[in-house]
Amino acid sequence: MSILIDKDTKVICQGFTGKQGTFHSQQALDYGTRLVGGVTPERGGETHLGLPVFNTVQDAVNNTGATASVIYVPPFFAADAILEAVDAGIKLIVCITEGIPILQMLRVKAAMAGTGALLIGPNCPGVITPGACKIGIMPGHIHLPGSIGIVSRSGTLTYESVHQTTAQGLGQSTCVGIGGDPIHGMNFVDVLSRFQADEQTKGIVMVGEIGGGEEEDAAEYIKAQVTKPVVAYIAGQTAPPGKRMGHAGAIVTGGKGTAEGKVAALRAAGIEVVSSPTDIGVAMKGCL
Amino acid sequence: MNIHEYQAKQLFLHYAIPVPDGKQATTPESAEQVAKELGGDGWVVKAQVHAGGRGKVGGVKLAKTPAEVALLSREMLGQRLVTKQTGAEGLPINSLLIEKTYPIKRELYLSILVDRGSERIIFIASAAGGMDIETVAHETPEKIISVPVHPAAGLQGYQCRKVAYALGLKGAQIKALGKIMQGLYDLFLAKDASQIEINPLIETDSGELMALDAKINFDDNAVEAHPDIRAMKDADQEDEKENKAQQFGLNYITLDGNIGCMVNGAGLAMATMDLVKLKGGQPANFLDVGGGTSVEKVCEAFKLILSDHSVKAVLVNIFGGIVQCDIIAAGILAAVEQVHVTIPVVVRLEGTNAEQGRALLSNTGLNLYAADDLAHAAEQVVALAEAA
Repeated sequence: MSILIDKDTKVICQGFTGKQGTFHSQQALDYGTRLVGGVTPERGGETHLGLPVFNTVQDAVNNTGATASVIYVPPFFAADAILEAVDAGIKLIVCITEGIPILQMLRVKAAMAGTGALLIGPNCPGVITPGACKIGIMPGHIHLPGSIGIVSRSGTLTYESVHQTTAQGLGQSTCVGIGGDPIHGMNFVDVLSRFQADEQTKGIVMVGEIGGGEEEDAAEYIKAQVTKPVVAYIAGQTAPPGKRMGHAGAIVTGGKGTAEGKVAALRAAGIEVVSSPTDIGVAMKGCL
Repeated sequence: MNIHEYQAKQLFLHYAIPVPDGKQATTPESAEQVAKELGGDGWVVKAQVHAGGRGKVGGVKLAKTPAEVALLSREMLGQRLVTKQTGAEGLPINSLLIEKTYPIKRELYLSILVDRGSERIIFIASAAGGMDIETVAHETPEKIISVPVHPAAGLQGYQCRKVAYALGLKGAQIKALGKIMQGLYDLFLAKDASQIEINPLIETDSGELMALDAKINFDDNAVEAHPDIRAMKDADQEDEKENKAQQFGLNYITLDGNIGCMVNGAGLAMATMDLVKLKGGQPANFLDVGGGTSVEKVCEAFKLILSDHSVKAVLVNIFGGIVQCDIIAAGILAAVEQVHVTIPVVVRLEGTNAEQGRALLSNTGLNLYAADDLAHAAEQVVALAEAA
């Protein structure tokens, strides 16, 4: 088994007929994802990429039985799109959109409390269970069905980890990019707990970066709850304080969120932290 | 995005947050005139730069006569102010804020920001104002109070009273602080601020509360929705290269080293910098070219990197996902020729069509090195920079 998604997961796309939505939906279909339709207001009834278009997420859910949705709408429409998906009963919402104002995400998270819906992202590559289901913008062909669970705040570092675990012949159970924004959906602990419970997952790669305190929370959780081997890497060891390193969430302020602090917390929890991003795959193999 | 203190105080006034009487000036003559108009018997001349720590380095000075205001203004205008927050080059003083002075009884601290851990807007307050709040938080955390606001309920009266009592305020001051906090909360929401800081919030001899300083940061992701805030941007206060990068959709940050880095993705860009350092080199910049890399973007990225004359070698690290490596390689070749890159460029391509990309880059007669592995690429660029 994988986590979150498998070959039977029915997925819809919000922002389906836009440029991004069209391109990545086609890629998902080519990969074998069970994409069953999409949503674009005022385009309901049309067919796009051979699939039905609906005006609302509720229509899409009622007609297709979708339980997951991927969002490719512009930043100022994304909060609305997430909450529409929640309202329609979507269980897993993957928001790829980058650049959503933080106060909008703050309200979205407060509104989602208690609904049971899971959010991945925003500002993330998405989630993939290799060979079964790809939801997001990651290049499918670098993945290999296998035993390593990968969770990362960075898109390209997720690909780097995938590439290395594929090269080592380990493959991946599921890879989750949780996103680079300061306020986002599922965090490290949410994903780690699922990897711990998943039989297919034999080892875990966790890629963090400067900013916030989620890596420290993850260190505590792993120490207490995770029995599977974990290899971690923290990006941003050379980042100057007070500068936002691309991701809105990647910033060291007031001496908090430094790479050293995170590495120390993870090592104190007995986790193998590699100093070089090129050692992730080798270190993971060495742990198994 | 940052704005100047005088702009922040104009916004404060709009939200009924009391500030000292004052006005911005850009010449010594107008500064003197402002002092005369304000009246009183003492003024403060404050350099308007986008950085804290001004007082310690001569960016805030007291004057006893309007003539002295003019004199101090003449000394400050046109200079660059170097504070512990600016870096060695400092920031240009192109305008000043002239304010009346007030007898200060106590200095307090009040700020509002988004706390990512609790996913709430929180107020932070302390009776130990006027000092570096991070030092206070570190050495005497008990002197700091924080109050989270639920987004649905909004700021409540009890929360303001809680802060007021913790600050040792009494009587009419309790309501006055409540008004200040409500004003801050409304301003924060209305303009998509990411942090507003008043340090110090003063209590005058007569018991009035007043924002002696004002710092506002805005959420870069939301500024587009606020033309009034965008109009307050002062490009002179920002790194020229970082401004230029923004125009081309590049994420660029200047660092101190001599190895230029060009990478797709913020996380991989940080990791590449780290790796250069790990191999004994010093990165000259952080540069994320983002997704959908085009020849034009790669050219602009090269121009930016090479405009830093300390750069001795460049490392390009691209993990081609959706973007194909052979297209990127062609872009690099075009850029190297168009921009006349003469220093060595090490390129690591991985992902879609990586082999075709590497083939394009080898045997070109240019100063290009196609590396097949990221660790080797980093070692190679460090060696090339050292040899230069």
